[in-house]
Amino acid sequence: MGRFVVRRVLQMVGVMFAVSVLTFLIFNVIPNGDPAVRMAGRQPTETQIEQIRKEWGFDKGVLTQYVTTMEKVFTGDLQSYFTQLDVGEEIVKGLPRTLSLALGAALLWMAVAIAFGLYSAMRAGRFSDRFLTILALVGISMPVFWIGALMNYYLGFKAGLFPNGGYVPLTEDPIDWAYHLILPWTALAILFIGFYSRVLRSNVLDTINEDYVRTARAKGLGERQIMVRHVLRNSMIPIVTLWGLDFGAVMGGGAILTETVFDLQGVGQYAADSVGQLDVPPVLATTMFAAFFIVLLNAVVDILYAYLDPRIRLQ
Amino acid sequence: MSDAQLLLEVDDLRVSFATEEGVVKAVDGVTFDLRQGEILAVVGESGCGKSVTAMTLMGLTRSPNAEFEGTATYKGTELIGAPENELRRVRGAEIAMIFQDSMTSLNPVHRIGDQIVEQIQEHEALPDQQARERTIELLDRVGIPRARERVDSYPFEFSGGMRQRVMIALALSCSPSVLIADEPTTALDVTIQAQILERIRDLRDETGAAVILVTHDLGVVADVADRIAVMYSGRIVEQGDLDQIFYDPQHPYTWGLLGSITRVDRPRPERLPAIAGQPPSLAHRPTGCHFRPRCPHEFAECAEVPPLEERSGNGHLDRCWLPVEDKRAKREVAPGEIGLDAKDVPEPAGGVA
Repeated sequence: MGRFVVRRVLQMVGVMFAVSVLTFLIFNVIPNGDPAVRMAGRQPTETQIEQIRKEWGFDKGVLTQYVTTMEKVFTGDLQSYFTQLDVGEEIVKGLPRTLSLALGAALLWMAVAIAFGLYSAMRAGRFSDRFLTILALVGISMPVFWIGALMNYYLGFKAGLFPNGGYVPLTEDPIDWAYHLILPWTALAILFIGFYSRVLRSNVLDTINEDYVRTARAKGLGERQIMVRHVLRNSMIPIVTLWGLDFGAVMGGGAILTETVFDLQGVGQYAADSVGQLDVPPVLATTMFAAFFIVLLNAVVDILYAYLDPRIRLQ
Repeated sequence: MSDAQLLLEVDDLRVSFATEEGVVKAVDGVTFDLRQGEILAVVGESGCGKSVTAMTLMGLTRSPNAEFEGTATYKGTELIGAPENELRRVRGAEIAMIFQDSMTSLNPVHRIGDQIVEQIQEHEALPDQQARERTIELLDRVGIPRARERVDSYPFEFSGGMRQRVMIALALSCSPSVLIADEPTTALDVTIQAQILERIRDLRDETGAAVILVTHDLGVVADVADRIAVMYSGRIVEQGDLDQIFYDPQHPYTWGLLGSITRVDRPRPERLPAIAGQPPSLAHRPTGCHFRPRCPHEFAECAEVPPLEERSGNGHLDRCWLPVEDKRAKREVAPGEIGLDAKDVPEPAGGVA
């Protein structure tokens, strides 16, 4: 376990270093990317631009610029080029929003997908299974910006059942927090529900024919216990892997569209806005934030995997 | 033997499955009974319906595509049509089963002890600690060394032979009256085979349970069985006690089976002896005696299905129309050796099932 943690931390450092270098370089070669020109406002004089360049260090070499930027990342002094706001503070402000969205949606899609997938598998070939299959395909085919916008318009604006976007902190009012997040959670979860329930259905159908399920039946166990302890437990192993990876991906940018549609002002939306302005410091920080979550969830998945499948604990 | 309590009566059991090639009659009228403390061996080649018969008794062949006829009565309770929740009380507690492939028959993600405890607690209201103690005792009894430590192991930490012992411990955990062992040693190597069979016989002696031993290996049977039922293509073709089957076999198929045993005490044959031809496809069987196309002694009467009857006395049943004296004369191919007369048998139309 100790070696595992050390290896994963080293891996994380490596990935985040690579991601930061790539992001920094990309924004240095993007056309029209010179931050000094963009910061100087409309019709600036050459001296103004030159002054900004000097002040912000844009006149130094790329390597030096990278090093000073990274220093600021770690000391927490990183500032946006355009709003001049502290990047760390913005991310800290956005984090609970993104986390609320991602965690709630992930729990929702997992729970619903297990129910649908299991039910579908147990009724394989019958009408209810076919109906759920079609529903899953519909769910997979609906992009989140479309279904999100529809939900927002019809359920939020027209029917007035839900608030029109926005976010209320959990600590302030838990009920209002959930109330504001129901639509975003659903919109984000639909795609995953479709996908996961299909995967789980086929896993369950594979597992049901295993010899040990026959053994479980021969032991006199009830159908529920057979399904949960013997079938579902084994069918869940690949799903849990997917779930961890997808949760990491949603934290690290997969929620950008949902956050924007519902105006949640989370980290994803912040990243999207910053990219639009070619604002290097926030883009760099949010990209590293994303990489961090993806690597972290990868490690969590490995630990969970070992817990679920004792056969890989030894290696 | 015959005054021991009658546990299981199977009468004209038929099992058919709807498949894409048509209705397959896997079991086509099987009748036998089982008394306390006896070991009944059901012998036959692959696809003869012996495993389906065994699993049907436990209700494990139930599926939307399966159809059942006939009866199987356990201590007065009908098993074939029994509702699932009634059958659950029998499974594991009254009739327990050991499966062929010990490598895959245990759930890989649960500790072996937990898998046994699960069955005990399903049938008896026993606190965790007591169920665990009983599990350790059982593992010890089937010959798992250091059972107290091994109870918390996972199946993948055991060899095939050890896993089969765990399966036996599992099957015995609620002291069942009937133990069905479906080819328990097929997946194991020969030395382990002998140990497992010995274990099963000892446990029968200790507990008085009856055992149905399903196998394709007459060599296995000779060591442990009291009675033998020989199955061919969905039917029992001959049934008798060990001596009757081995020293006075009545059905030409049994002769063939006995003749196919290679023996180390005889000169090595040029070719391994085998029964000519192929078993019939389960979907397209010959009318009358199913063995007819492969039998060198076929005659007019074989077009009728021969009933399973006592033809040679002493409770020895068979399904062959030949007069007993003819059988005894025809089966001897060489002095002291039993086998089917070699005859060129055409491949049955329709090929192999």
